[in-house]
Amino acid sequence: MSVLDSKVPKGPLKTKWTDYKDHINLVNPANKRNIDVIVVGTGLAGGSAAATLAELGYNVKTFCYQDSPRRAHSIAAQGGINAAKNYQGDGDSVYRLFYDTVKGGDYRSREANVYRLAEVSANIIDQCVAQGVPFARDYGGLLDNRSFGGVLVSRTFYAKGQTGQQLLLGAYSAMNRQIARGKIVPYNRHEMLDVVKVDGKARGIIARNLVTGELERHSAHAVVIASGGYGNLYFLSTNAMGSNATAAWKIHKKGAFFANPCYTQIHPTCIPRSGDYQSKLTLMSESLRNDGRIWVPKNIEDVKAIREGRKKPTDLSEDERDYYLERRYPAFGNLVPRDVASRAAKERCDAGYGVNATGEAVYLDFASAIERYGKEQAKIHNIQNPSAAKIYELGKAIIEAKYGNLFQMYEKIVDENPYETPMMIYPAVHYTMGGIWVDYNLMTTIPGCYAIGEANFSDHGANRLGASALMQGLADGYFVLPYTIGDYLSNEIRTGKIPTDTPEFDEAEKSVQDKIDFFISNNGKHSVDYYHKKLGKIMWDKCGMSRNAQGLKEAASEIKELREDFYKNVSVPGTANELNSELEKAGRVADFLELGELFAKDALLREESCGGHFREESVELEGEQKGEAKRNDAEFAYVAAWEYKGEPSEAVLHKEQLEFNEIELKQRSYK
Amino acid sequence: MVDYKVTDISEHMSFLEMMDVLNEQLVNQGEEPVAFDHDCREGICGMCSMYINGEAHGPDRGVTTCQLHMRMFKDGDTITIEPFRAKAFPVIKDLVVDRSSFDRIQHAGGYISVNTSGNTQDANAIPISKYAADEAMDAATCIGCGACVASCKNASAMLFVGAKVSQYALLPQGRIEAVDRVKNMVAQMDLEGFGNCTNTGACEIECPKGISLENIARMNREYLSANIKD
Repeated sequence: MSVLDSKVPKGPLKTKWTDYKDHINLVNPANKRNIDVIVVGTGLAGGSAAATLAELGYNVKTFCYQDSPRRAHSIAAQGGINAAKNYQGDGDSVYRLFYDTVKGGDYRSREANVYRLAEVSANIIDQCVAQGVPFARDYGGLLDNRSFGGVLVSRTFYAKGQTGQQLLLGAYSAMNRQIARGKIVPYNRHEMLDVVKVDGKARGIIARNLVTGELERHSAHAVVIASGGYGNLYFLSTNAMGSNATAAWKIHKKGAFFANPCYTQIHPTCIPRSGDYQSKLTLMSESLRNDGRIWVPKNIEDVKAIREGRKKPTDLSEDERDYYLERRYPAFGNLVPRDVASRAAKERCDAGYGVNATGEAVYLDFASAIERYGKEQAKIHNIQNPSAAKIYELGKAIIEAKYGNLFQMYEKIVDENPYETPMMIYPAVHYTMGGIWVDYNLMTTIPGCYAIGEANFSDHGANRLGASALMQGLADGYFVLPYTIGDYLSNEIRTGKIPTDTPEFDEAEKSVQDKIDFFISNNGKHSVDYYHKKLGKIMWDKCGMSRNAQGLKEAASEIKELREDFYKNVSVPGTANELNSELEKAGRVADFLELGELFAKDALLREESCGGHFREESVELEGEQKGEAKRNDAEFAYVAAWEYKGEPSEAVLHKEQLEFNEIELKQRSYK
Repeated sequence: MVDYKVTDISEHMSFLEMMDVLNEQLVNQGEEPVAFDHDCREGICGMCSMYINGEAHGPDRGVTTCQLHMRMFKDGDTITIEPFRAKAFPVIKDLVVDRSSFDRIQHAGGYISVNTSGNTQDANAIPISKYAADEAMDAATCIGCGACVASCKNASAMLFVGAKVSQYALLPQGRIEAVDRVKNMVAQMDLEGFGNCTNTGACEIECPKGISLENIARMNREYLSANIKD
């Protein structure tokens, strides 16, 4: 029998969460004052969890590597947050949001968790408005919505193209209130470098003060990991430069299973790479696909002419353009889910139709939207027979109001005006659906250790829908964890303060210190980035948008070799007792070099195509879906949770079989 | 002051990618790289700073240092880079400064006292005029980078604090505690050692997010009426 117990409560799906909350163990307010909780990471999940736990009365310590909790990378989310409010009256409901999320995730998520997510989604919007989050509103003063890829309703709430920023500042403001009361003590510019277990339970962490280099011991009755995803495994991604998997990987090495590492989201609308010096990729919100049409030239001669600068994209007539998403997926068109849109772009570029010098770019064109809005505005303003220039002017104003900051960002980076010439976009690594395995309580396989937000695996299956990450982060932090953690902590009321002068803390600190000393004294010949870039190239080439058995086997062995070389030859200048960014990077890349190999191993095992994981050996061979991804529910409808056993190649697989009682498994068709 | 020379810089590189090239070069020579703050590299986290050729976030407008591109400079230029300078922003190392004073100002009142229980009223229960919501959003766009302080001859933080006060002052949810909020935040700002505003306007010009001086005026009005109400 599998050791994995998802602890999903019995009973009908629609009342599971309510019934469960009614019977869960609670902690008396007077006892909460004697219980400490550590939260690692202060993005939407960590920030909201810290604020709520402190508000409930627990003593919270937060840790982040940035100089302020409000800088966590949730801040960069642009497009919006989903919620089943049905303010638009377009048929939305909790069930539909649940259904879309499970279907969008290609039926690889846990039904009960997703239903709970959809259920609490509406509360998030209420909560954020009460906190003063300035969501977009219509002229009647009510909240506005937009639609996102993979769904047929308009349920996304937004604050310009800066929704993540506004939601994070909201969570941070809730933290401020608790910091002022002394219920949260923030440890900024600190990095967690190990978890400490006592009698099998998570009892604290070892953290490094990034300014002084000092190692610190912090004890707690529970440890919450909210440290985000591992997209920086690829070196180039839309993640922040400091985003890392170290906290997640450290708990994995101490007993937390790592689930579905191969599920990576490659986002379709990013600004293409411009050269080898590139340090990161910039996302353009998926909301742009509401109004932008994606195309490449129909004729290869035009592609050549454009690359050589002899023609401009605007020179091509409608007949000379291939709006390939509208052609292949007439029902959803430019609004197909992210995985589908990314693979379609890769397919065109692999066939030689990429429109920039690297051959890795397609157009995202707003000309039709500008014309459509312009005509509509002319009618609204009662302008008879408007000139083309007037239509353009009126339409441009609408596009500017909707996406102005994104257009400005594009122009600053690429030095081209996207109102006048189509944007160029290409897919980039953006989000990781895989992560630490958690049960219904969001507890990992280490008792007392929780994982929330992008750091866990539970809600997005093999592919995340747009505007669902913000929803999940805040749902976990505000509304789920604060309940479920009480069930565990109700057994800790007699424990008392946990001492840090114990052999367990000694041992954990020593191993962290040894590793730091190793890096500082290694005196190798290559920089940390040299290895990170090499790892990224292996990942992108062999574990990227499409994968095959041979490539994955090669990736696993190449990463292993690279890791061995890293330990022999990496060079970290400076000392351990100061701000040393090379030392910080070295520790993170060391963990990526292990995680990458596990990733390849997991991808190799999954001989099916599902969501972000496309296996070239598993495609539909005939019928309307010919060439599309082929899922294999009979053999692979499970969560692959890996147990650490030393080398990544020796990791042991545990399967959690996924059961679908409410939803019939179908092939995802967006045609 | 240390002089460094970097070559093979493409016009499409961002300023921080140029710094990466420099640091890679230094590491390969066994030297310590130049420490600087950065994270999202898309102009939203507010972590990057740097005072470049006498301007916070460099010569371009409406961008942070991470969004500044080398096409703004000429081949052969000597570029002077300093940390943000202010009494309330002590230097930690090289170009890295400590901006925790901004956090402490927000602990003093940068929130609405509402529990995160989810038991609040429906989000549409209080309609808010689109104009007020948009104006609050414009203020809330502030990324807390500190360019306003670095640009100000008085090292004043009033654009930052004004933006934070304004976001809440413009929304009905924030009005309830408006009086205490503005008093507490201003008191903390003064305690941290930031200077006062003398209406020069450098902050507005250098702000990467275009935060308007109107926010300072609004904060002053709020502050005045808060003290009259006492």
